[in-house]
Amino acid sequence: MATGLKLKELSKKEDLFTHGHRMCSGCGAPIVVKMILLATDYPVVASNATGCLEVSSCIAEYTAWKIPWIHTAFENAAATISGVETMYRSLKKRGKMDKDIKFISFGGDGGTYDIGLQSLSGAMERGHDMIYVCYDNGAYMNTGIQRSSATPLGADTTTCPAGIAIPGKIRPRKNLTKIMAAHNIPYVAQASPSNWMDLMKKVRKAHEITGPKFINILSPCNRGWRSKTNDAISLSKIGVNTCYWPLYEIENGVTKITFKPKEKKPVVDFLKPQGRFKHLFAPENEWLLTKMQEEVDTEWEKLLKEEQCV
Amino acid sequence: MTQVVAVTGNEAVANALRQINPDVCGIYPITPQTDMMQRFASYVSDGKVDTEAILVESEHSSMSACIGAAAAGGRVVTATSSQGLALMWEMLHIASGDRLPIIMPVVNRALSAPLNIHGDHSDAMGARDTGWIQLWSENGQEAYDNTIQAFRIGEHMDIRLPVMICLDGFIISHSIERIEYLEDAEVQNFVGPYKNFLPLLDLDKPKSYGPLILPDLYHEYKKAQHEVMAKVTDVVLDVAKDFEKMSGRSYGLFETYKLDDADIAIVILNSAAGTTKDVIDEFRAKGVKAGLLKPRLFRPFPYRKIADALQHTKAVCVMDRADSFGGYGPLFMEIVSALYHAKDKPLLMNKIYGLGGRDYLPEHAETVFSELIELANGSPLKNVKEYLGARE
Repeated sequence: MATGLKLKELSKKEDLFTHGHRMCSGCGAPIVVKMILLATDYPVVASNATGCLEVSSCIAEYTAWKIPWIHTAFENAAATISGVETMYRSLKKRGKMDKDIKFISFGGDGGTYDIGLQSLSGAMERGHDMIYVCYDNGAYMNTGIQRSSATPLGADTTTCPAGIAIPGKIRPRKNLTKIMAAHNIPYVAQASPSNWMDLMKKVRKAHEITGPKFINILSPCNRGWRSKTNDAISLSKIGVNTCYWPLYEIENGVTKITFKPKEKKPVVDFLKPQGRFKHLFAPENEWLLTKMQEEVDTEWEKLLKEEQCV
Repeated sequence: MTQVVAVTGNEAVANALRQINPDVCGIYPITPQTDMMQRFASYVSDGKVDTEAILVESEHSSMSACIGAAAAGGRVVTATSSQGLALMWEMLHIASGDRLPIIMPVVNRALSAPLNIHGDHSDAMGARDTGWIQLWSENGQEAYDNTIQAFRIGEHMDIRLPVMICLDGFIISHSIERIEYLEDAEVQNFVGPYKNFLPLLDLDKPKSYGPLILPDLYHEYKKAQHEVMAKVTDVVLDVAKDFEKMSGRSYGLFETYKLDDADIAIVILNSAAGTTKDVIDEFRAKGVKAGLLKPRLFRPFPYRKIADALQHTKAVCVMDRADSFGGYGPLFMEIVSALYHAKDKPLLMNKIYGLGGRDYLPEHAETVFSELIELANGSPLKNVKEYLGARE
């Protein structure tokens, strides 16, 4: 009874994340959530870390969620859903629950890479049957664009503003997807809303695997990226085509790149439309552009080698 | 049939939890609680309970997972001490704000810095304002009995609040005492099956737990928490009545010892009450009318009833095993608040004692009663708050 991954069929499915939420126009996160729930053909319960998605989707006495949903705090979406999933198993064992339910956690990069990393790591290690989805927009956007460990090199944020003495963020991003892969969980993936079929296939695959799964999804934020409100999909597409955000999966330790751009574009194509990188195009900051390109190249080469290692 | 055993406080509470057989238990080690949850983990491994244990990576995640599990719809327990309770602090408010009846023994221990693993009440007093019901226990028997009663109190459909059961670290958690166990069936019958209220796992009626609430509703939401606390004391007394019928052991909101005709009294929590009672007997033998009041229900605090019990005395010392630096001890502040509206009130002093596991000895109680005699006889009070038995 699985819905085919065809627009015609998917468009007939009920949206489980509905209109009426208060996310900014052009935000990537609700697009990502809708795609995930459309790809899910099971009853599903979700937890949500404090953040943009959470504060904008459930404001008493309204909710945009047509599925059971729980938010408790910022750093513990994974721990919270692990408790829900444990109760589900306990009730099943005692014959008090007969349905098959899937569990998903949603967190932004602040709630996942930074403050929620321990909770996520613990839940993955314990082996709960769940998918953790990070919608990565590269900063604490809900509180007003503060630097996180997912903020890219060179970006201008409100806590690492591009100034005369310091040109924005001078540290590279944390590679969280690889950190999650190092937990030796059965499935880890990176996806982008621009490649919706790829994203939904990954969600489908993750649901069919028992145990902990992690999917990191690029989620443009026009407020923080200082970009246009209608460019979430086109910008994420450039992110993929420059290999800034490679699409790949690691299933039982085997790396597979799920999309290889025909022509790898220079990373400046991704940086240029975004106001947060504007200062990098000043002559004195050119070294940062070079460094950024080098880092993207190195990571991409590493990934290609990992794939060949199989 | 009552079974009489010689066990530690930790073992007694772990056994109560085994008898109750909850759906989910969050487990994380911290001295002096560790041994309690270790025992429970053995019950899980040996198939003596059906509980799903969740072996979390911190107390913050323990309380987070317990909140998730309780919201999902079932009976949930965990236990902690000291730094663990401090790390949970954020989530304690969420457990009570979401009205989830999680039951948690707290084996009371000092807070860092400096690091100290021994018993005092700083941890639970720091969680005083988190919206949890707090039951305090003098000995292993009371800890066992309070644990069993806590489920009925917290899960009561008019209440739905989490409950902490406080017992003194090492002094009670690790000391072997004579304890009377109830039968497994009696405990299960007393506690009854878990009653669900708005479970998250009800797929037919999807619910959103933990919304953002703006100033238009938050105030009223908190008022509801204030109002439900007013119903707790009656439920505690009703549950105690049923418990007495089953066990023969009687519980109230607080315990008094030779207080009815007392001129002077000590107000004190948990294990130190036992030592104090012995010293009261000594003073009574000398003709001094000394007495004691030991609160059992600290949140909600039964202000009026405690004021009624104390107002006839001439002088009272409130003993705190925790300090609010720059303020009075937390128990003292409650007793002063309770007595403020009383028509007659005793003179009051506050002693801070036994921090970080420092022994509370009969001589300490003797010193305090001697001071109280002088105070009652008209000597001026030098300092309202003093540290008792501190080395010079």
